[in-house]
Amino acid sequence: MTWLKTLLLATLSLLFLQSASAEQLGDVEAGKEVFGQCEGCHQVGNGARDRIGPHLNGIFGRKAGAHERYGYSKSMKRASVDGLVWNIETLNSYIENPRVFVSKTRMAFDGMADPVDRANLLAYLRIFSDNPSDIPEAEPTAFGSDRDIDPAILALEGDPEYGEYLSNECLTCHQLDGSAEGIPSITQWPQEDFVLAMHAYKKKLRTHPVMQMMAGRLSNEEIAALAAYFKDLE
Amino acid sequence: MKFNRREFIGTGVAAVATLSAPTVLADGHGKPKVVVIGGGAGGATAARYLAKDSKGAIDVTLVEPSRTYFTCFFSNLYLGGFKELDDIGHTYGTIAAKYGVNVVHDWAVGVDRDKKVVTLASGAKLPYDKLILSPGIDFVEGAVDGWSVASQNAMPHAYKAGSQTELLKAQIAAMPEGGTFAMVAPPNPYRCPPGPYERISMVAHVLKATNPTAKIIIADPKEKFSKMALFQEGWANHYAGMVDWIGSDFGGSDVSVDPSAMTVTIDGEETQVDVCNVIPAMKAGRIAEIAGVTDGNWAPVNAMDMSSKADADVYVLGDASQQGDMPKSGFSANSQAKVCANAVRGALTGSKVFPAKFSNTCWSLIATNDGVKVGATYEATPEKIAKIDGFISATGENSATRMATYEESVGWYAGISADMFG
Repeated sequence: MTWLKTLLLATLSLLFLQSASAEQLGDVEAGKEVFGQCEGCHQVGNGARDRIGPHLNGIFGRKAGAHERYGYSKSMKRASVDGLVWNIETLNSYIENPRVFVSKTRMAFDGMADPVDRANLLAYLRIFSDNPSDIPEAEPTAFGSDRDIDPAILALEGDPEYGEYLSNECLTCHQLDGSAEGIPSITQWPQEDFVLAMHAYKKKLRTHPVMQMMAGRLSNEEIAALAAYFKDLE
Repeated sequence: MKFNRREFIGTGVAAVATLSAPTVLADGHGKPKVVVIGGGAGGATAARYLAKDSKGAIDVTLVEPSRTYFTCFFSNLYLGGFKELDDIGHTYGTIAAKYGVNVVHDWAVGVDRDKKVVTLASGAKLPYDKLILSPGIDFVEGAVDGWSVASQNAMPHAYKAGSQTELLKAQIAAMPEGGTFAMVAPPNPYRCPPGPYERISMVAHVLKATNPTAKIIIADPKEKFSKMALFQEGWANHYAGMVDWIGSDFGGSDVSVDPSAMTVTIDGEETQVDVCNVIPAMKAGRIAEIAGVTDGNWAPVNAMDMSSKADADVYVLGDASQQGDMPKSGFSANSQAKVCANAVRGALTGSKVFPAKFSNTCWSLIATNDGVKVGATYEATPEKIAKIDGFISATGENSATRMATYEESVGWYAGISADMFG
């Protein structure tokens, strides 16, 4: 590594430790433009899904090759077993030259030489990681117990028309177009996640008081109806 | 397990259907007509949902005098310097262009319920099959001794957002060093129960920065108020020694003002003040009274669909309605509007009517990043809208929670604005 890169990384890491604020890593707006080079294969943000590449929501702190349904290369799987976790340093190196970092990665990208571009890109991606407004209510304490639910409840088929009516109540706060400022988007949320989350609120495993109250009076069928409605919204 | 919706909402639908189903489709020609009076959280939401969900099958007209509507909610944040006036101003362009609502900027001055016609100040007449009134509030005359609407420039109420809010903000900025800000708080029930106390917090926030020796006194006809423990804790934490709240136990209900002399007399003691924010007792917006659907100060409604108890073809939403347990808030009005829109559309087009569900949350800002909230869910009972469950922020919460609550309120503002105005 050249001294310049080392210096940059050291600076980035320091800033990152000090504030964990994406803006200080690089320029988020500029990073959004840089992301144009990635978005042929990767999605990020509300409703992002795995496409040619895995979606990048929550990439910071994620174990490499961790997306269950995504077909990673053997190299990436091995790196994952070896304990690769995506953070500012590992991502920076990987993006700089993917095949150097993970030899036979499927990511067909030649690398990004400019350290400023990379810093900006990472600043942009960082927004979609620990910012709760982009991750539907990811209470760490709720994990694990969310799934403790009667399979019959998960199997309920909701009525989207009833869901549309019920959704009126959600839309006082959650915006239909997927914008998320201070309140997460629930548009296109996968059906099962939706049902699990609402039941976790109902059982007060998830902590948000407004959502505990709203979910608390929804029947299993009503939750299924809402999930059926929100999953297919344009 | 296969699930059939009729099994679980069957009774609710049946009950609503008996009221609403067979009146379908007015007089044969043309589309059914709905006139909505008032373009705030109740009226704008109702108009937008009716137009959106009926997909053009209902002719929806929204009557609202203001071209730019300033929301009362978040107007305190403008006073506190957290928002610009433009941030809380909204226009009806999207409702008109995207959803096809016929927006008329005029005052409704008459309602003939026998002929089912609304008269506007311009003289225009709007026939309706269903009329939705969401006129907000007016003030009870003579409620505060010495104050009338004619003195609102000397002693603003700032309880309808816009020029009054600007005036109050300018008066606060012009206070002399060490001056006195007085508020005459309203008796229950009134629009936005935590509103006066959030306002006190925002005024204190400004004065602490610009005029730290200034004083704030509140004459309150009530013994207690919404989120009282939270506000009092916040005032002690952020604005120690600045805020003097005088409840009814200490003479706060015995108040008179003199707008020309700028004095406030509380329990016989006269005080010279620099700014006086008089928030008088409230009643339903005047058109509700003109329409003859009020009983006393407010318009009683049926909980299941917000229809007036005086006329099944007239609905009253939001602050003007007397519905039971919900507070008079923008959130409540928005919630009621959606229940009402679903019922009105069902009555006019035969679409499915689902059982009513209501909810409300009120966020308040006490100081920078110090947000609190209170909320509840409600159901329709034969007597009233009845509270089911609720919550309130706790005293002594950590700063991260309070900051998250504030950020959430900002998100809610964006959400409800989009829900009202498209």
